[in-house]
Amino acid sequence: MNIVTLSWRYLWSRPLASALNLLLMTLGLTSITFVLLASHQLERAFERDLAGIDVVVGAKGSPLQLILAGVFHIDVPPGNIPLADVKALAQHPQVAQLIPLSLGDSMRGFRIVGTTADYLAHYQAKLADGALWTAPMQAVVGAQVAAATGLKVGHRFTGTHGLDGGGDGHEQTPYTVSGVLAPCACVLDRLILTATESVWKVHEDMHSGDAPLDREEQEALEAEREVTIALIRYKTPLAAVTFPRYVNSSTGMQAAAPAVEITRLLGMVGVGTRVLQGFGVVLLLTAALGVFIALWSAVRERRADLAMLRMLGAPPAKVGALLLCEALWLALLASALGLLGAHGLTAVAGWLLQGEKSLVVDGWQWVPIEAWVPAWAVAVAGLAALLPALAAYRVDVAQLLNSR
Amino acid sequence: MIETFDLAFQHPGGPSLRFPDVSVPQGGTLLLRGASGSGKSTWLALAAGLLRPTRGEMIVAGQPLHPLGARALDAWRAGAIGLLPQKLYLSEALSVAGNLELAFFAAGVPVDHSAVSRALQALGVADLAHRKPAQLSGGQAQRVALARAVLRSPKVILADEPTASLDDAACAAALALLGASASACGATLVIATHDRRVSESLPEAIGLHFSDQNGSIPAPECHHAL
Repeated sequence: MNIVTLSWRYLWSRPLASALNLLLMTLGLTSITFVLLASHQLERAFERDLAGIDVVVGAKGSPLQLILAGVFHIDVPPGNIPLADVKALAQHPQVAQLIPLSLGDSMRGFRIVGTTADYLAHYQAKLADGALWTAPMQAVVGAQVAAATGLKVGHRFTGTHGLDGGGDGHEQTPYTVSGVLAPCACVLDRLILTATESVWKVHEDMHSGDAPLDREEQEALEAEREVTIALIRYKTPLAAVTFPRYVNSSTGMQAAAPAVEITRLLGMVGVGTRVLQGFGVVLLLTAALGVFIALWSAVRERRADLAMLRMLGAPPAKVGALLLCEALWLALLASALGLLGAHGLTAVAGWLLQGEKSLVVDGWQWVPIEAWVPAWAVAVAGLAALLPALAAYRVDVAQLLNSR
Repeated sequence: MIETFDLAFQHPGGPSLRFPDVSVPQGGTLLLRGASGSGKSTWLALAAGLLRPTRGEMIVAGQPLHPLGARALDAWRAGAIGLLPQKLYLSEALSVAGNLELAFFAAGVPVDHSAVSRALQALGVADLAHRKPAQLSGGQAQRVALARAVLRSPKVILADEPTASLDDAACAAALALLGASASACGATLVIATHDRRVSESLPEAIGLHFSDQNGSIPAPECHHAL
């Protein structure tokens, strides 16, 4: 029998009150930790997908929409831009690299993106199986796509017009899977990648119908070729000052800096996370109050027990420490349960988001800030236990001895 | 051995109590007699080092109490005093054995499980070791509390009204048990009581009479003459 085991026995001698306080404290810690985890992962996901993209160029419209559509693939793009303009932009002296993206079709809700091999290289994607496309109408599917649809190398599939999966099919021009990507925990996981030419071919074939095109018509179509979005990396950071202004004022296109737009977005989302965090703090304070009330009534109920300890020769500090130890037990149990609960919730959130084919959230990833959760719990419980522990410290033994 | 000199205690805002000098040899028995509220429990608290006298000196179990600091007093009490309060103060959170182990915890020494079972055995309650105090009868609970008091072989056993609300047979048994337990560890036995039966059955005890709570000096009585 020592102070740790004895305080444990005392804690569970009132099982209902202790369990309720544990629940309160766990709820508070769970909600705070969940908000921390979710916002951390959200920011990480944004950072990962944004890394190395200095500016996004697309059709005129909302800059945030352009970023959401072009970088994260969670919104529809504002429109298309002429291929000729993009080619001209690629020659601009401040542009180090330009990755074109052509959107428009999807397969069972997963976007088919016409691009170049640079796009895969940009995210350092590795192939789990097969090879990169070598000809139009070959496609490489992301890890999440492969898992959800069961597509394997050699399989054929057809895209449907539109990004939400409700459009007409392109049955005449099926794709062949040439490779499957290894999971990269980035946006590529939920994309189907193909050569830009494939996307043109699908739509030119659709416009031409069954009749073969003559040379003139073919040239006319080629002149009208478009891409949706261009991801650009600058040669020098100084370009950030002049390049977007140049695009916005002297071309028919729009340039949006992802860093600026995402800061704006997180600022808007931040209100929500702050509200949730505040809610968690309120829960935690309620829990602290619960712990305080529980321990206070425990001291009142157990005055006799505490007095007996003093009669048996326990110094007052030991009696106070016993109370404090009880609160610490609660704090540690609540921390463990709270962390577990928060990760469980995050895993559920990740699973739901996966179903919606948006951000990748991993429930069992640990972040450093979580180390503070037990510290907060201990601080809150310790603070709540301070007064009861003091009361236990000062329990008047002689008076209890006198009472009949 | 217990000796007091010119002992007085003033409850904060309460009456001032003065206690007559007394001297009890080690292994002797002292009866504190008087009505409820006459200061018997205060005397016990002073003897246990739970209260400090406002005046005078007290030597309990051969130890002068006034030079001891608070920590030293607690440590001394853990080793030298066995306390049997009127309310037995058995913890409902613990089993009977757990309540006895509490004495080791309070003293800050490792639990001696064999001493626990020996003490319960000696008082005939060994088979109750795993029960909760609520499951005990009044007599059983008192035996358990007595087992806790004598667990660490104290030099002085302080018993507060051990026979209150007991019938004659139970009263005699309780006193016999107390006496046997005290002599088993060679302890001085102090019994605070207003029960006439106690003084009648312990004729050789030294008596200390507490007359009332107004601070008048009570005269020691000699029960040898009775």
